[in-house]
Formats: sequence, C-alpha cells, structure tokens
Amino acid sequence: MREAEAGLKQLVPDAEVCEHNPKRLYIKIPRDRLTEAAKYLHRERGMRLSICTGIDTREGFEVLYHFSEDSTGTMYTLKVLAPKDDPRIDSQAPWFPATDWIEREMHELLGIDFPGHPNLIPLFTSDTDWEKGKYPLRRDYERRDEAHEQ
Amino acid sequence: MSNRRIVPIGPYHPLQEEPEFFKLIVEGETVVDLEINLGYNHRGHEFVSPELTYDQIPFLVERICGICSNSHPLACVLAVEDCAGVKPPPRADYIRSTVHELERIHSHLLWVGLAGHFIGYNTVWMWAWRYREHILELFEMITGNRNHYAMNKPGGVRRDIKAEQIPQILAVMDVVDKKVMMLTKAVLDDPVIRSRLEGVGVLTREQAIAYSVTGPTARPSGVDIDVRRDDPHCAYDRVPWNVIVLNEGDVLAKAKARLLEIFESTRIIRACLKDLPEGPIESRIDEVPPGEGIGRTEAPRGEVFHYIRSDGTNRPLRHKVRAPSFMNIASNVVAVKGGSIADAALTLAAVDPCYCCTERMAAFEDGKLKLTGKDLLRLSWAKTERIRERL
Repeated sequence: MREAEAGLKQLVPDAEVCEHNPKRLYIKIPRDRLTEAAKYLHRERGMRLSICTGIDTREGFEVLYHFSEDSTGTMYTLKVLAPKDDPRIDSQAPWFPATDWIEREMHELLGIDFPGHPNLIPLFTSDTDWEKGKYPLRRDYERRDEAHEQ
Repeated sequence: MSNRRIVPIGPYHPLQEEPEFFKLIVEGETVVDLEINLGYNHRGHEFVSPELTYDQIPFLVERICGICSNSHPLACVLAVEDCAGVKPPPRADYIRSTVHELERIHSHLLWVGLAGHFIGYNTVWMWAWRYREHILELFEMITGNRNHYAMNKPGGVRRDIKAEQIPQILAVMDVVDKKVMMLTKAVLDDPVIRSRLEGVGVLTREQAIAYSVTGPTARPSGVDIDVRRDDPHCAYDRVPWNVIVLNEGDVLAKAKARLLEIFESTRIIRACLKDLPEGPIESRIDEVPPGEGIGRTEAPRGEVFHYIRSDGTNRPLRHKVRAPSFMNIASNVVAVKGGSIADAALTLAAVDPCYCCTERMAAFEDGKLKLTGKDLLRLSWAKTERIRERL
C-alpha cells in the first residue's frame, strides 16, 4: 500500500479506497473529515491540488478534490458527498488559497455552500444579470436545445 | 485608509486583447492589493459537453482555446482512454508528442513576442512572431490547419505524419533552434531588458505551492513539476529531454524558462521523428464502461486536466475541464503586491494568462442564450448614446 494511502486510512479509518489503476486512486471519505484529509495530503504529503469537480448525482452533490502527487505521478481524488437537502461542505479556502476560485465556481454553478469561505461571491456568472438560485450544472436545470426546436 | 486609490485595468487588458478586470488597489505608486473579476467570456463548455458523444467532444474542447488547441483534446482523449482502459498504439503516442511540442513552441514564441511588445521592444515581437509562422506552416502541412488541428481522437490520432514530411519538419526545427538562440541571447544580454524584468513580479516557491500553480509559472519559482515527466503519457518517457527549473521567480526567469523550453521541445520532436515506430495510428474503443477517467497533460501554460464520469453510454455524465490559467491567474494577487503600478501590467501578463481557457460559460436563461453578439452591440450603442447625452 502506498504511504499516502496508508496515512490517510489511519487518519480517516472509514475511508473507502477504490483503485482504478495504479496511478488513479479515488478515496471516499465522510464530508466532516475533508479538512483533515486535505491538510494531510497537501501539507504532509506535499501534494498539489489540480482542481475540484462538483457533480450533481442521484445520491447528492459529489465533490471531488483531485490531488496530484507529482513525485509519483499519482492522482489522489478525495470524494465527499453532500445530501441534496443540505448541500454544505467545509471551505478549504481559509488555509489553502488554491481552492478559493474553484469553490466559488462550484457555489455559483451547482449551488453548493462552502461555510467558512472568506469571499463566496460569483466568479464567472454576472452579479447583475444572473438570476439568483439558478444553477446550470444541476440535473434539474431545464435544458432546452434550441437547434432541435427550430 | 485615506491614501488608498483604485487603478482599474480592464475589462480589456491594456496589452492582451482579452476581457478581464483587474482592480489594483494602490498607495501612491505601490500596489497593495488586487481584485480580479472574470466572467466576460464564459462559454459553458462543461454544460454543453455532456450532450455530445465522446467522438464529438474533442472538437468542442479544441475550441476552448486557439493557442492550446491540442492540449485540451489531448487531455480529454487521455481521460476517455483512462476510463475505458485503452492504450493508443506507439505510433500514435509519438505523433501526439510531436504535435504537442510544436504547439508549445508556437505558444512560447507568441508569449515572447508579446512580452517584447509589452516592454516596448517591438523588434522582439516581430522576430518571435515571424519564426512562429514557420511552426504554423508545419501545422498546416501536418494537420491541414494552422490552428484547431483536430489530431486527437479517443484511441489514437486522426492523421499520420508521412515519411516525406519529416525532412521538412526537421529543417524547420533547425531554423527554430538557430533563431531562438539568437533571440535568447538578444533578450538575456540586453541590459535594458534585464533591468526591466529582473526582480519584477516575484512569485516565491511557497506562494507557487500554496496557489498550486503549474507550468512556466511554477517552474521558474523553483517548483520542479512537469506532468509530461511526472505522469508519463504519449512518448515523453521514451525520448530524452529535461525539465527547465529556475529559482528567481521573477518575470525574467519566466521569460528565460519559456525560451529554454523551446530547445527542449525541438529536441523532443527530433527524437520522436527519429524513432517514429511503424504500425497503426489508432486503437479501437468499443465502449466506454461506467466509471471515471482522468487525463492530464502539460500545456504550454501548465497542467491541463480533464475528468470524465461515464455511465456506460456514449456521452459523459460530467466532464470537468481544468485549464492552467485558472490556477495561475489567481496567483497574480500575490505576485503584484508590493510592486509598482508600472510593473503590474507586465506581471499580470507574465503568467501568459488565457482567459478563454479560464472561462467556459455563457449567460443562459431557461436554456436559451441570453445575450447574443447583436444584443451586446445594442447595449454598447445604448451606453455610448447615454454618455453622449451627458456631455
């Protein structure tokens, strides 16, 4: 077992590790343990945050934190799930500036709340023209294909 | 504080013709803080992508950026291949690396030219863009297009590099090496350029790590990362080349790093064409099983990262795009602090920001595009009218 993987399992015993291939690990953790796990990967294992992905799934909002271990070329993806009726995940921005913008993006496009974020204002959508409460990357966002309507 | 003032830069960058807004907060001549506003050019690629098939998506992501129009499709097909567990044949790997490095040369020359233009050296600009032209001609010969090469498809590449094209490519590499050497010496030996760039816009190693920046924004700050070496893909683990790492972190180091990387790129291209294996150029992908895939590659500006979630159909459930500038631009906040206003524009440009990459959405409402080009024109005319009336 890899060192980072073992360390993470020790830190978060109920982490579920899924190895897609030797260079791609997906680790499911409870959302209240995210800050500890992310701090461990970045500060102690020296990993770099590539990006986060927010996905609206049937089970809830899945947020993936893709960490890159550049010394081995392995991607460690932390997966946390926030239920639909309580879409909240602790913000990592106060201690990790790399998450600042992407949390803002997930907030405006998916409507996930990141309590603790110092400046959770829209990053890309217009602050005047964009209707509040419309989240284009949610499953229930009404997609109409103009090309098919014509 | 009473002596704080705001100097707005944008929504059009004074040097780069792309829309963004930097609010410089200054005390006298010194920049003390920076706020960045984006969203003028957001086009919704992640929104559109799940409606397309895996064969169509490379054409979409290619249009994220005209400069990195090989990096995005490459990372995207690597993600699909990662999800499906398919490896492209060796010949496709070598062709991918060749085209990818040609893209790096043309992108770096473009930046060097712009950097010369920014500091008032238009000769550097014209030189660099003139030699970049040779690379674009090679693209036209290999792919049929100067930009948007459409080389990558899940499983391989769309076009072969023919034996009779190789001598032409090698000849251009000789020209590029010679001319870039001249350019490098001219830039690095010029005392005026040195004093203009040295010590300006320093990004320290700690800041580079905290902001998770990549590419020629991170490597000149002493961060030894390069996805091509660290997570080998294409032919990068089969040909000899070096990662350029410098320690100063200033604009001069960023310029140096880019110029030196061009030599590594020509080296990779020569090695790839010398060892180009025979065989097919694509592997067949029958289906993309339910699951996930991550593809990443080193674009000219840093790491391009694509994530695909598949549900077993021929379209992704979710497609996430991470462009290098998304992380790199955010680091401007620390790089311009403490510098003077005159240096700010240069520092902001030194990460080679690409706003098309960073923003991928348009204003939609109820699934309809809210503002078309004509609407924007009308708004602009109306505003001009309002200003006229006030005068």
